[in-house]
Amino acid sequence: MNGDLVAVNLPFIIVALLLALGFYTIGFKRNLIKVVIGIEILEGAVNMFLVALGYVKGSYAPIYTLAPEESVNNMVLPTPQALTLTSIVIGVAVSALMLAFAVNIYRHYGTLDVTKIRRLRG
Amino acid sequence: MIEHLPALMIAVPLFGAFITPLFKKRYSLASIWAMIITGVTVVLSLLLVQHVVSNGLMVYVFGADKPTLVLPSGYKVPVRIIFEVDAIGAFMALSATLMAFIGALYSYSHVSNENGLEKYYTLLLLLEVGILGMVLTGDLFNLFVFLEIAGIAGSALVGFRNYRGEASEAGIKYLIVSAIASLMVLFSIGILYGQYGNLNLAYLSRQISFNTLDMIALGLLFASFAMKCGSVPMHYWVPDAYTEVPAGINPPLLVATYASLYALFRVSFTLFGNITWDLARVGWIMSILGVLTMFIGVTMALVQKDVKRLMSYHAISQTGYMLLGVGVGLTVLHDPKALAEFGRDAMAGGIFHIINHIIYKSLLLMTAGALFYVTGTRNLNEMGGLARKMPITTIAFIVGAAAISGIPPFNGFASKFLIYETSYQLNPLLAVFAMVTSILTLASFVKVFASAFLGPPLEKFENAKEVPKPMVVAMIILAALCILFGLFPTYILDKLVYPAVDALLKLAQYQAWGGLA
Repeated sequence: MNGDLVAVNLPFIIVALLLALGFYTIGFKRNLIKVVIGIEILEGAVNMFLVALGYVKGSYAPIYTLAPEESVNNMVLPTPQALTLTSIVIGVAVSALMLAFAVNIYRHYGTLDVTKIRRLRG
Repeated sequence: MIEHLPALMIAVPLFGAFITPLFKKRYSLASIWAMIITGVTVVLSLLLVQHVVSNGLMVYVFGADKPTLVLPSGYKVPVRIIFEVDAIGAFMALSATLMAFIGALYSYSHVSNENGLEKYYTLLLLLEVGILGMVLTGDLFNLFVFLEIAGIAGSALVGFRNYRGEASEAGIKYLIVSAIASLMVLFSIGILYGQYGNLNLAYLSRQISFNTLDMIALGLLFASFAMKCGSVPMHYWVPDAYTEVPAGINPPLLVATYASLYALFRVSFTLFGNITWDLARVGWIMSILGVLTMFIGVTMALVQKDVKRLMSYHAISQTGYMLLGVGVGLTVLHDPKALAEFGRDAMAGGIFHIINHIIYKSLLLMTAGALFYVTGTRNLNEMGGLARKMPITTIAFIVGAAAISGIPPFNGFASKFLIYETSYQLNPLLAVFAMVTSILTLASFVKVFASAFLGPPLEKFENAKEVPKPMVVAMIILAALCILFGLFPTYILDKLVYPAVDALLKLAQYQAWGGLA
């Protein structure tokens, strides 16, 4: 019984770990690229959370064409998958833009250390 | 035609945005195209406001046989992407389209010497799409998508002057903040979806039982949107972003910030509006955040030497007024007597302050942009004696400064007075802080006026001239709006603001459509 509980909740435990790891990376790493990677980890955590929400053990993929008989009333909801795909696409755009900024910052400042990229302050 | 308005509001600027790159070598054509598109959206949003204020809530269902058909037959839950426009959404849409138009007009000559202008206008229109989507949608996931669109377009515009390292620095700060905020929004959307199996705001708000998970979702949503609207203690990205962005983008970027504020209100009032017990506490948190925001913002502004940075800190401080006004309303939401006595007026003050602030802060940031255009510097210590050289900019600056300090008869006074009166009735201390902030605001604008415009004429600005006509026209329009809104506040309050407040307060009306009730 106890083992089952862990197995069922395993994706959510991993989501929590990834969230903690992501926030740690964003907060404590000094390299800008690593900060970007931290945000990617956060995004992975959130996407995994969405997918884990939609998964039902033993049910069928939400594809309606040529679905077998026994899949009636036993399909996973398609919405979380659609949300995750959208979120992944958006995440690619965000990370591309962040890396572009990082490259540009490196060109002008000669460093990627976030504690040294501080011309704007006060 | 009228029933397709909510979809057109998104479709027109989106179409405009993806046509703009075709004007690659003809920069002035691209900017005229952007002006035409934003002008059309202004007309559309006026029609939308007119329709919503006279006929009430508007629902648009994408992909249905009829745009008003909410529920497919036999189904008890709304399943499609739904736009739900009530008075406050229409109000925000009107401010967004107006400011996008002013921004496009101002940009015509302000950025004419830069490269890659077709991308600039594409991003401007995409930013408008993002804002409009956020304020019109009735669906949580759509809210996230448009939040990201506005965030990406906004931060790309912040980093537009990519030959300056500072622009990239401000851009990545803004992008990191908005990426984290929207990921947390998505996470809380996941929490809500996992429990209730739906993403529709109105449907969810009927289902919410406020267990521990809902509390976590409320906390995450509140924190993320507070982060995105630049409230203390997550305000550090605002001055950088507003300073580095070209002045023509400042008005739409301001509205993008207040679209997050709108989302904050939407979440507190609509999504969690049925929770009687904890909402007063949320309201107190909002009011105290508001007071802190306004006070810390203005004290940081006093010591600035960079003219745009000073005004950006004021933008933080003014956000505090909106949070305070609406927070007072939220505190007494479930106390009918206090709500009728001062809660509704407090919210009217807060929401009226949104549009007033968008107008005068855009005006002030544009005069700062004009100073930069003429002098090539933003340092106040290097300016001086510009009043005779740039008379119209000077007058526009005086109007804006008087409005932001809450001097009658300008528009800032109308909304600030409502906030003073009503927050005094909740707790006198709140009103005291609000008034002290106003006085400090006036003090810092006297400093800008004295060092930039007054004093002996400097030799290096011998040949300084007034800025080109499109910039002048944009500033005159905003200055005129400042004075008009200040002279006839009751008209605006009755036509636009009180319907918006009632839309937030009358939860039942938002929930009950399409046979859901």
